[in-house]
Amino acid sequence: MIEVRWHGRGGQGAVTSVELLAVSAIAAGKYAQGFPSFGPERRGAPVAAFTRIDDKKINVRSGIYKPDVVLVLDSSLIGLVNVTEGLKPGGKLIVNTHKTPEEIRKALNYTGTLATVDGTGIARKEMGVPIANTTMIGALLKVVGIMELDAMKESIEHRFGRIAQKNLNAMKRAYDEIKIYN
Amino acid sequence: MAKRVGMEVAIAVAEAVGLCDIDMAAVYPITPQSHIAEHISDLVANGEIDAEFVTVESEHSAMSAVIGASGAGARAFTATSSQGLMYMHELLPIASAMRLPICMAIANRAVSGPLNILNDHTDIMPQRDCGWISLFVENGQEAIDLSIQAFKIAEHKDVMLPVNVNIDGFQLTHMVESFEMPSKEDVDKFLPPFVPHATLHPAKPVTMGAFAMSDYFTEIMKAKDEALKNSKKIILEVWDEWAKLFGRSYKPVETYKAEDAEVLMLTMGSMGETAQMAIDELRAKGVKAGLVKLRLWRPFPFEEIKAAIKNAKKLIVTDRAITFGGPGGPVFAEIKSAMYAEAQRPLIYDYIYGLGGRDVPVGDFIGMFEKVLADTANKQADTYEFWGVRE
Amino acid sequence: MALKTWKELPIGCVVSDPGSASEYHTGSWRSQRPIWDNAKCIKCGICYVYCPEGCVQQTDDGFFQADLDYCKGCGICAHECWPRAIKMVEEE
Repeated sequence: MIEVRWHGRGGQGAVTSVELLAVSAIAAGKYAQGFPSFGPERRGAPVAAFTRIDDKKINVRSGIYKPDVVLVLDSSLIGLVNVTEGLKPGGKLIVNTHKTPEEIRKALNYTGTLATVDGTGIARKEMGVPIANTTMIGALLKVVGIMELDAMKESIEHRFGRIAQKNLNAMKRAYDEIKIYN
Repeated sequence: MAKRVGMEVAIAVAEAVGLCDIDMAAVYPITPQSHIAEHISDLVANGEIDAEFVTVESEHSAMSAVIGASGAGARAFTATSSQGLMYMHELLPIASAMRLPICMAIANRAVSGPLNILNDHTDIMPQRDCGWISLFVENGQEAIDLSIQAFKIAEHKDVMLPVNVNIDGFQLTHMVESFEMPSKEDVDKFLPPFVPHATLHPAKPVTMGAFAMSDYFTEIMKAKDEALKNSKKIILEVWDEWAKLFGRSYKPVETYKAEDAEVLMLTMGSMGETAQMAIDELRAKGVKAGLVKLRLWRPFPFEEIKAAIKNAKKLIVTDRAITFGGPGGPVFAEIKSAMYAEAQRPLIYDYIYGLGGRDVPVGDFIGMFEKVLADTANKQADTYEFWGVRE
Repeated sequence: MALKTWKELPIGCVVSDPGSASEYHTGSWRSQRPIWDNAKCIKCGICYVYCPEGCVQQTDDGFFQADLDYCKGCGICAHECWPRAIKMVEEE
């Protein structure tokens, strides 16, 4: 089972991402959970969202305390929220940022596997809005390899209709452009 | 075998209810039930289901409206949580007294005060004495299945009682997970049209909800008690039928690795699945741990509980509610009462936990077992404790 | 009439005989009855409107009378009748 914790701000679509990811993983024959951290979630407030994907039925329903992967949708949360808390040794940190990996490592005092991509930049280019939630799904799937990118197609099309293709383009770019540093 | 799909459980519950040919729904939105309210109203507005969606200004009115509609012969549905359920409270015993087969989904949420929108069982426990059939689900599949079964149970001519299906708010309602959604054809095979025992119709007028004096009240209460007790037989039949049609079987009490268990834990609701993982870990360490999951709350399944727990040395009851200044958690009190006259019964412990949405990871369940096992002098038996409270 | 046992109760205590209140002749409670003086009556219908029992009826000639099966003798009709056409007299 893989456990991912997403960090974002309310309104950035972290919850949408975990939902789409779960729906797609299930459609691909896996078992999955996608759920938000439950709290007063107004726009801009730091929120967490969670993904579990497994090939067999998932029984655990508690929050994720020892994620395999942490994905930071909004790098302004670094320093505000302890984003790497509980990240398993050997786990992976994915950050949506235009900063260098060295700057990120320094800010977090983090020496593990790091992956960065300027998701917001890609989203702006491909979709015209700086909303990187679907973009970063591409980043996650490249780093984790749990599913083919194609598996997301149906749920994205269902959710986004006319603008689905732009989301898929942004997702593909993040998939291709993300850099992983061990 | 239907394909597994991923969907938010609250939406799935609304979809499942939509498969049941409801005639009417009056659902006042309240977190965390609101997605059920919204989606049912979407289904009606889009013409996907042929029902009246009555917009009411409160939960009290929602329950009043479904009582009226059910009395007129409509298959009626509502849903609520927490304060909404408390607001409906005065009408719940009336619905059951009038023997109206209303179905209600409850997205369990803590009751104020202070204000808390997150998951526990403090909203359903005060409704214990209302004469409704009360079921608890553990995951999304059960939420769908029991929401559909509820109509068949409620409307059975030998039952005719309202049913509530308890679905942990947020913990389940806001979770996207996988399950099989029954097809309309299969639900149609399972659920016959509603045949009311009486209807408010000008062609054949009746009075429902009349006044009764002390010369009749006791007999009326006895009749209601008997009706609720007898409904268990039908519930088991409906579950048998469901198993044959859909391949998923349900029992009033379900057990996991309990047969030779020395220490059992009892859960209700979605905590059960996480607790199962704790049982696995404990067994791997050589502890003879087991789990008992209570699905049927009312009518209380005395025989099944006794059979499930009597051979254990210790039972850890987990309660997500408390009766203040009383014997602890409501489930604890009822289990103890059920076992009082048994010659063979375990020592029973009670942990009040998961209140106001407090998360309970696998480690906490293991901790409870360890604490109970460490109590070799049995000093903590028969008492209740707030698990994890900061002292 | 013997009281029913719990098993004999109708389900949901539904009362399925409509209008059963009409079998209960509350007129037997009366200690006074209203008498109309049709010479004074102006056929305004106020007595009919105010009767809480709904038992004041209009006759074919347009005057009013109480249905003595149900009239409890409360005297509201006499109180409200402004031409003072109604008098309450003692029952024998």
